[in-house]
Amino acid sequence: MDTGNKVAEVIEASSAEFTAQCYRLDQSPPLGSLVKTQDSLGEIYGVVYNAETHSLDPVRRVIARGENLESEKDIFRANPQLTRLLSTDFKVMVVGHAQGKSLYHYLPPKPVSIHSFVYTCSLEEVRTFTRSLDFLSLLVDVRLPMLVDEVIAACIRYASQAHSDSQAFLVKAGKELAFLLSSDTRRLNSLLKRLK
Amino acid sequence: MKVQDSEERNNLGTVISGSLTRGVEVKLDASVSVEDMVVGRYVAIEGEKHRFFGMITDVSLETVDPRAMITPPDISDPFIAQVITGTTTYGKLRVLPMLTIGGDAASILEGPQPAKTVPVHFSAVKLASQRDVEMVFGAEDERRFYVGTPLDMETKVCLNISEFVKRSNGVFGKSGTGKTFLTRLLLVGMLQKGLAASLVFDMHSEYGWEGKTEKGYKVKGLKQLFPSKVAIFTLDEESSRRRKVSTDVVVKIGYDEIEPEDIELLRQTLNLTEASIQAVYQLAREFGDRKWLGAVLNLDDDDSKQLISRLNIHDSTYRNLRRGLENLKRFSFLVSRAPDNSVRRILEYLDRGINVILEFGRFDDFTAYILVANLLSRRIYAKYRENAEREMGGEVSPAHPLVITIEEAHRFLNPEVSARTIFGRIAREMRKYNVTLLVIDQRPSGIDGEVMSQLGTKITCLLDDERDIDSVLTGTAGKNELKSVLSKLETKQQALIFGHAVPMPVVIKTREYGTAESYKELGFLEAAELKKKTEKDIEDLWTS
Repeated sequence: MDTGNKVAEVIEASSAEFTAQCYRLDQSPPLGSLVKTQDSLGEIYGVVYNAETHSLDPVRRVIARGENLESEKDIFRANPQLTRLLSTDFKVMVVGHAQGKSLYHYLPPKPVSIHSFVYTCSLEEVRTFTRSLDFLSLLVDVRLPMLVDEVIAACIRYASQAHSDSQAFLVKAGKELAFLLSSDTRRLNSLLKRLK
Repeated sequence: MKVQDSEERNNLGTVISGSLTRGVEVKLDASVSVEDMVVGRYVAIEGEKHRFFGMITDVSLETVDPRAMITPPDISDPFIAQVITGTTTYGKLRVLPMLTIGGDAASILEGPQPAKTVPVHFSAVKLASQRDVEMVFGAEDERRFYVGTPLDMETKVCLNISEFVKRSNGVFGKSGTGKTFLTRLLLVGMLQKGLAASLVFDMHSEYGWEGKTEKGYKVKGLKQLFPSKVAIFTLDEESSRRRKVSTDVVVKIGYDEIEPEDIELLRQTLNLTEASIQAVYQLAREFGDRKWLGAVLNLDDDDSKQLISRLNIHDSTYRNLRRGLENLKRFSFLVSRAPDNSVRRILEYLDRGINVILEFGRFDDFTAYILVANLLSRRIYAKYRENAEREMGGEVSPAHPLVITIEEAHRFLNPEVSARTIFGRIAREMRKYNVTLLVIDQRPSGIDGEVMSQLGTKITCLLDDERDIDSVLTGTAGKNELKSVLSKLETKQQALIFGHAVPMPVVIKTREYGTAESYKELGFLEAAELKKKTEKDIEDLWTS
């Protein structure tokens, strides 16, 4: 896991989420991982939920180029412009923020600033942030264009690696989910199966 | 047993709802397994202002989503099982709050009080600690006798013997659940504390010298443990001799001591008709209360004919009566004139504070038992009554309280006869004359409800007949809750005690009885020790 590298830059922002563009093609942080941006008040934390790579020019579609080449790398070697014409973006759901030394597991007063740098979080930061699992309620209730349960499961699996007793963390998170999804056992069951 | 060392470990859950009458509901914490919770166990609830003390009366399984029951989660996966426990599915306890202990100094001095309210929502519930139990039941002292331990605890539960002997009490339980052991223990308790003398009508000769466990090994009776404080009377000298029991007095009863009322009580066992009973009274008028039985048994056929035609008794009635009375002849303890006054002998012993155990030997049938127990008790009671009346007049000092122990109590106390037997009266009039009962029975539903309601303390082993359970619990607060506790007792060494002599109902594991160590704890001295003690006593006597 990264220990806090600058990986992207915010290109679209709202109160609950933002979109960041990776500096390097295909180098998006993993699904469900915790990332942060910095603003004047402090850090804003979010969970990565949807990464996609597309052409920068919406009218020009990407075409297949490697029919006569040996490997995928040869495509980029033969077409060096590609790394400039394509970009990898990912979306982040805001799940909390820090002011000074205090951590808050709810939305910050302002959205992240555009062009803010996006960093991955160190293990220590992940551990500190996930000591409280209150942010899970934000994730459980959100409506996303993709399967939100996949994001939640990925996030918990990712966070568990930062804790010394990862099994205990998984059980704790599972219990939090069981509490949040008390009226929807079916969803809970399928979610729990993804935590392993 | 697990040692409950930390507070954390004792935490069971939180109060979520409930009422005073039905008890509060407690949601179990995920860390506590439902299977560790058993009915009858004590818990303490930390309310806002009071500490509550209660008993688990029910355990149930709950789920937050009914759909979880239809499509159960995959609990073969330990992770999922661990997550689901205590969240989607959880255990629930029903706890009946019984006592409150106030937080301020004054209430602590006052001691536990009956609970008149319930703890606030989400009060923490813990397993009762050893200290809690001690605070409620008190430590063993000159009035309190240790009878057993609460379930899964080492603390002693003590019975307040001085309160116990003030009222009539009952020991109930199915056959083979340990009534006899429990009774023996209670007799030891009363004897040890010296707060009352006991008169035991020992139908199966198992309290006095020696009893047997179900497994067949022998346990010491009261006489062996406390030779100087117990006297064994016997109706059957031969049986006692065969069993190598040293008896103090052989009881003989004269025909002249049997009154018509005694025969009336034997109506069922002697198979007499109502008309025969009427005839008994007629005959008693004819010959006199003291002579009638001897006279009737000695009548020959001619005299009989004359007699019944004079008294206008129907021939078949007379034959029915004779047949019944002839039955009495097989009792060798019945003689036409007794050489000694048994009642006076019993009273002499009781007056000296010596407990009397009357063994029935081979006469262990109901006819002999009802006849003798009733006959002796009636006259002993009369003496105590006389004494009590004199005491009111200031002539004499109050008599030492007497506890009469009877077995198969429903024979004496069933609704049909309880109004006529002396035991019915003793149970009702209670302690006015310093005589109370300890009734032992396996069919409490057969006992008159009025008598049951007068019993001060009830100690009951397992009962499984619905009617028996109902009759034992009549008039008890939290009856329905205790019902589930009672029917779930183990068949051995477990009893539910409630009533006057304990501050709250308690399920106990009965104290050990029968091992050398247990005898020692009860105050029994081996021969060598006894000798040493006697020598020391003599020495002390000379030096002082």
